[in-house]
Amino acid sequence: MTGHEVRGRPSCAAALSQRWDFYGEAMVVAVASGKGGTGKTFVATNLAAVLKEVQLIDCDVEAPNAHLFLKPEIERVYPVTLGVPQVDENRCTHCRRCAEACQYHALMVLPREVLIFEELCHGCGTCSYICPEGAIWERPREIGRVEMGRSGPIRFVRGVLNIGEPMASPVIRAAKAFREPGLVTILDSPPGTACPVVETVKGADFCCLVTEPTPFGLYDLEIAVQMLRKLGTRMGVVINRSDVGTGAREFCKREGLSVLAEIPFREEIGLACSRGLLVVEEFAELRDLFLRLWERIGEAIIGNKW
Amino acid sequence: MKVVVTAVSPELNAQVDPRFGRAGFFVFVDTETLAFEAMPNPAQMASGGAGIQAAQVIVDKGAEAVITGQVGPKAFHALRAAGVKIYMGAQGTVMEALELFRSGKLQEATAPTATPHAGMARR
Repeated sequence: MTGHEVRGRPSCAAALSQRWDFYGEAMVVAVASGKGGTGKTFVATNLAAVLKEVQLIDCDVEAPNAHLFLKPEIERVYPVTLGVPQVDENRCTHCRRCAEACQYHALMVLPREVLIFEELCHGCGTCSYICPEGAIWERPREIGRVEMGRSGPIRFVRGVLNIGEPMASPVIRAAKAFREPGLVTILDSPPGTACPVVETVKGADFCCLVTEPTPFGLYDLEIAVQMLRKLGTRMGVVINRSDVGTGAREFCKREGLSVLAEIPFREEIGLACSRGLLVVEEFAELRDLFLRLWERIGEAIIGNKW
Repeated sequence: MKVVVTAVSPELNAQVDPRFGRAGFFVFVDTETLAFEAMPNPAQMASGGAGIQAAQVIVDKGAEAVITGQVGPKAFHALRAAGVKIYMGAQGTVMEALELFRSGKLQEATAPTATPHAGMARR
């Protein structure tokens, strides 16, 4: 697969690519950033393309774009639903336990009826559980879908949130649930550091943070690092467009973060991306860079130094 | 009748708080006797659904009308469903707003007048 020997040891990348016997499951590597537009999908799709026997799960369910580069053939589609409460007014005694229990204020009990604000409902099921009269049942409401297929040897999964829906996390959870445990997984994360990103990165064996050496890039990188530290996730940094500014290497050194790769700004890369091309298929140096990146990730995980 | 005025502090001469869902305090007043009861708004720090929580408080206290500056979409829906009338454009102190209300100078709201989260402080 990717195997080339590194310093006489079996390739870390090869070890990663095989079934990881720790929990009988293969490695899960998330690609996140902080600032949007730094190159998460660029890194995630090109990594998948050099590794080949992997699955990529596009978790940016509000605006997925990995398919633009991997051009998968979608074979199956599954709806993602949230259970929203429905109240049987005949059984309801208006005792208010449901509204009091709801952490999201999605229920309001009036003297003669119960109002439900569906867009606030997180589908946690507490209200129906707690109702002493059994007056609440849950109606499934579709909020998005998970699509699965193949892009050559790459297994492709993506979540898509329906337009107008406020909550991405349930769709991200559903997309991740379709992960095949025996295959190395690359998660293309949404931008930012909020709930959808936490949902994506949660449980990953490693998170690759893609940044750019600009004030915005570094500012958001710092927030992303804090988030990952709270989650206790192993991490490393890829500096994209590495020659357009300064400060990224220094930040990583100060924070004790490994720089896994530096990709200089090249107009040809931008042009290739704008055409939906995978740069590892166009430029041999980039193919080598991404293979080395995977080695570095492997070293960081296996050596437990990150 | 019992009405509630949104205020920045718990007194009759407090300035009206133009927000509803994230108002600082609710001052409940009996328009005949002018007996009043003020309480802090528990929904002020809610990240979402503040209008709903605030509306629940109003409904529980039995107020028949809300006198405030503006009302967002969820609060509007909740108050209307409960049959509570909403009067907007209140200004000055709570007492002055009550006067405007009693002399019929306040308009009843027929639609929400604020966008969601309009009352959240920007820092």
